[in-house]
Amino acid sequence: MTDALLTLSGLSKAYPGVRANDDISFSVGRGEIHALLGENGAGKSTLVKTIYGLVQPDSGSMVLDGQPYNPAEPREARARGVAMVFQHFSLFDALSVAENVALGMENPPGLRALSDRIAEVSRSYGLPLDPARTVGGLSAGERQRVEILRCLLQEPRLLIMDEPTSVLTPQEVEVLFRTLRQLREEGVSILYISHKLGEIRAFCEAATILRQGRVVGTCDPRETEPRAMAEQMVGASFAAPSGAAREPGAPVLALRGLSAPAPQAFGTPLREIEVTVHAGEILGIGGVAGNGQDELTAALSGEMTVAPDMVSLKGTEIGRMGPNARRALGLCAAPEERMGHAAAPDMSLTENAMLTGAQRRGLVHRGFLRWGAARDFASAVIDRFDVRTPGPGTAARALSGGNLQKFVIGREILQAPECLVVNQPTWGVDAAAAAVIRQALIDLAQEGAAVVVISQDLDELMEIADRFCALNEGRLSAPRPMRGLTLEEIGLMLGGAHDLKEAG
Amino acid sequence: MSGIDPVILLAQLMVVATPILLAAIGELVVERAGVLNLGVEGMMITGAVCGFAVGVATGSPLLGFAGAALGGALVSMIFGLLTQVLLSNQVATGLALTLFGLGLSALIGQGYVGLRGPVVPDLYLPLLRDIPVLGPMLFRHDAVVYLGLGLVVAVWWLLTRTRAGLILRAVGENHDAAHALGYHVVRVRLMAIAFGGACAGLGGAYLSLARVPQWTEGMTAGAGWIALAIVVFASWRPGRLVIGAYLFGGITVLQLNLQAAGVRVPVEYLQMSPYLATILVLVLLRAGRAPGSLGKTFHAAQ
Amino acid sequence: MIRLERRREPSRGWALATPFIAVLLTMLAGGLLFAALGKDPVEAIRTIFWDPLFGPYAGYSRPQLLVKAAPLILIATGLSLGFRAGIWNIGAEGQYIVGAICAAAVALAAYPAESVLLFPAMVLAGALGGLLWGLIPGVLRVRFGANEVLTSLMLVYVAEALLAAMALGLLRNPEGRGFPGSRNLAQYPSAANLEILPGSGMHWGVVAALIAVVAAQVIFARHQLGYRIRLTGAAPRAAVFAGVRPGLLVLVCMGFSGALAGLAGMFEVAGPAGRLSIDFGAGYGFTAIIVAFLGRLNPFGILAAGLLMALTYIGGELAQMQLALPVAAIQIFQGMLLFFLLGIDVLTAYRPRIGKARA
Repeated sequence: MTDALLTLSGLSKAYPGVRANDDISFSVGRGEIHALLGENGAGKSTLVKTIYGLVQPDSGSMVLDGQPYNPAEPREARARGVAMVFQHFSLFDALSVAENVALGMENPPGLRALSDRIAEVSRSYGLPLDPARTVGGLSAGERQRVEILRCLLQEPRLLIMDEPTSVLTPQEVEVLFRTLRQLREEGVSILYISHKLGEIRAFCEAATILRQGRVVGTCDPRETEPRAMAEQMVGASFAAPSGAAREPGAPVLALRGLSAPAPQAFGTPLREIEVTVHAGEILGIGGVAGNGQDELTAALSGEMTVAPDMVSLKGTEIGRMGPNARRALGLCAAPEERMGHAAAPDMSLTENAMLTGAQRRGLVHRGFLRWGAARDFASAVIDRFDVRTPGPGTAARALSGGNLQKFVIGREILQAPECLVVNQPTWGVDAAAAAVIRQALIDLAQEGAAVVVISQDLDELMEIADRFCALNEGRLSAPRPMRGLTLEEIGLMLGGAHDLKEAG
Repeated sequence: MSGIDPVILLAQLMVVATPILLAAIGELVVERAGVLNLGVEGMMITGAVCGFAVGVATGSPLLGFAGAALGGALVSMIFGLLTQVLLSNQVATGLALTLFGLGLSALIGQGYVGLRGPVVPDLYLPLLRDIPVLGPMLFRHDAVVYLGLGLVVAVWWLLTRTRAGLILRAVGENHDAAHALGYHVVRVRLMAIAFGGACAGLGGAYLSLARVPQWTEGMTAGAGWIALAIVVFASWRPGRLVIGAYLFGGITVLQLNLQAAGVRVPVEYLQMSPYLATILVLVLLRAGRAPGSLGKTFHAAQ
Repeated sequence: MIRLERRREPSRGWALATPFIAVLLTMLAGGLLFAALGKDPVEAIRTIFWDPLFGPYAGYSRPQLLVKAAPLILIATGLSLGFRAGIWNIGAEGQYIVGAICAAAVALAAYPAESVLLFPAMVLAGALGGLLWGLIPGVLRVRFGANEVLTSLMLVYVAEALLAAMALGLLRNPEGRGFPGSRNLAQYPSAANLEILPGSGMHWGVVAALIAVVAAQVIFARHQLGYRIRLTGAAPRAAVFAGVRPGLLVLVCMGFSGALAGLAGMFEVAGPAGRLSIDFGAGYGFTAIIVAFLGRLNPFGILAAGLLMALTYIGGELAQMQLALPVAAIQIFQGMLLFFLLGIDVLTAYRPRIGKARA
């Protein structure tokens, strides 16, 4: 290893009930792209927040460039040459690109001078951006560029990137990698956080693997078997979901010219969506975040109503119906956001079982609630899907992401839907829970339900979907059989005509 | 209508609009920082009584206004402490502040009912005041009328042209992102709340020292609530705030003049008009996009 | 340094304890306030909290407790429906006034005819008046997106002007020698809302308040409407996902709370107040907001909080007479109570920690 830019020794940080970081030590060399690998909940976020000065460690120390480094706040980290690209939570929708960049800098020049510099730097790194545009109207890829530019303008020595590719198409990922390699040539160190082994093998020179808050291994990813890294990361191996080949049955869900205006500012309108989903099949809908996934889920669940004939279930036109009428007919859904959308965080699991189960499980009688039956239903979900919780009286908030997601998906599956729509079923979920959820979706299809899986995780769709289509700016591509599609083809489907000119 | 002189009407309009404009510009800053303080009425009436008490005690209207700003800012800090440090619900806390302010002002004001405060002199603007028609309309007011307008310009400049304003808007737009970038969300908001309290206090004191001028219990009579409505009407933009406040002032003045002119409509129905007009404005004008974090509680989780 | 850590689950113990702690702290702070006003704090607190129930004049003041508590409880119960769902009806005072005007108008239209149907008709008119007045901000919010906090509040001032217009005009007592105010309904047998048990303060409004409390408890605990209200307050997006139509819920909550406030106005004008006068609106609609929060938006909590708040009213009057304590001091006292409650409430959802986080 070359001489170290940043050295961490014995960093620990605990939260109530969790040791987020436990005695973490490693170093990042100068001009090195260093991967930080780990599952959701392994402590990666806490660690990088510590390096960026957002979290104060309970113990341990850091050395940057030979000097002790203990930033009390991000300002101090930026002054020392540390910059960070966040996964979410750091852009301001109503402000312009230039204003967003200015907020991330210590001493920004005037807005006009800054706009010129943004234009200049964005050109030299191949990241086109108009400084005057409002950030709320940008695509996920463009928003990330804003974050990267914000960092680059400060000429950082260490750039921290938190899961940067989760919102990008494969082609956009290529552009990003080119930019990062260029930065490395210029001597910048990069701490690259991810759980995707493929991209880490492609361009990182060193990797530190975290599990449950501890360093469980370091390696050179270019020379290590992905399987070995995966097992270190997860701590055990999981069987890939399996199921016999399925024969698609009769059409269940049909979307005909489904169009809808964006329900709120900075949303995406749906445009002329045409697709039919059959019994016993899993339709995978891929797409980069912000291309209409939430809107499509809402149009299917009934939270957003459309013209009657745009959505039909087994021949019944249901476009105008609300969520409960659709549930009664057999169409169930699980939206992406668990906390506050699929579940109410401060309510108990029993109350959350009532949330969608009232219709099909008969939990309501003449407007009065049958709490006993709801509790039994919640317990059934907990048992059947191995939800780790003290019991149905526990608040949803108290569950880990994986356990709550198992509960949410299980709640819908146990209602025996004719058609199930799920959005990002394993987002932010640990590998064990993800495996359970994927298997459950396959089993449901095998029992004859039509399943629609909307996901930004291409690996997931390749694993479980029978057919694949891509959602791009509210348009849905024609479905193609999943088997035989290459990553390249998928990337082109996802990108559509989505600002690839500069990248190409 | 013979009894109504448009020049006097417009001159009165500027006076009537001033307390609301002052309170509204303060609240606008607070809301741009992402905080919904429904206690404007309470801070205003506290300012009214503090300003009057200090004015009577010192004989100086200037000290009176300073006392009002201080009083308003102090009670606003109760709201600041509760909502920003103790994370209480902003709607409920704002209401509590209004109820508390009404009680507090009544208590302080007991000994001041029926007294006369110091006279607030008109600002002498040579030449300008002698312009025919425009002079009496625009240039023969006291300094606070111009202070209100000046504050609007200053706030506009602060919000759009300075880094401090950018940070304030960022905090109001997305407090989690602002925190992640290392800005002190709570500190920025407390400063905004104090500014809002001081402005509301000034607005209240303008009622008790200049417009009425004396102290009566509950004298703000909903002015604070109207200020809140005008902030919504203005879509959180300072320029439109002036239009809103003057529109409201116009209706109030017209209504008062109609009363004086002896129109054959019972006074009580005329008195409804400012409130009905405010409702109408809220209904007819689709407000622009509110600051993204408005009214949400911020807790720096980890 | 003290930091706040979010609890994994809201603490039930603290949720129960906070109102009591808030009352204690308010007594302490109130004592300081009274001392600053030159009164003996212990005597003042005793006069407010003890004497109305057990003091020398308790025989007179005890029935007053129910008389004052009934409108507070009735209004606060209605408000709690909306508040739980994040629907802020701040204009109960206006709905209370309009309910009273409508009920009085029905009675005065029938005057002096006697009929057993008159009282029920007044109840209906009062509820309907409040309902419609409450629905205005509801409709404006659903249809035009106008903020209901502001519109419902503006309508209080409109209602007060309407009350003045009625007391001075249409509904003025023709035999009142020009004095403002309507006929005394308490002296009109068919319309009077009299005590059911003499000397108890128990009038029909008290019965209605108790029914409302029990009904609200059933709605919250057992009925779909209550579940939908709670869900909307806890997680609005989840509520839509569960099939709640937010606009409809706004109308239901605004209408419900308006009707209950209107009922409170009806019972007041036909009984304790007796007549419509310019100062009929005594601020019950605003105090009920404190009652609703102090009762933790829980029906039985509201029952207790309403009685407590009524006690401070009566005690405040006693203190005013006996100790010359200003009436405003009681208002401050009530405001402080709400402040302390909101402040301490943080402990329900968060745990304070001293120093840096440890393992």
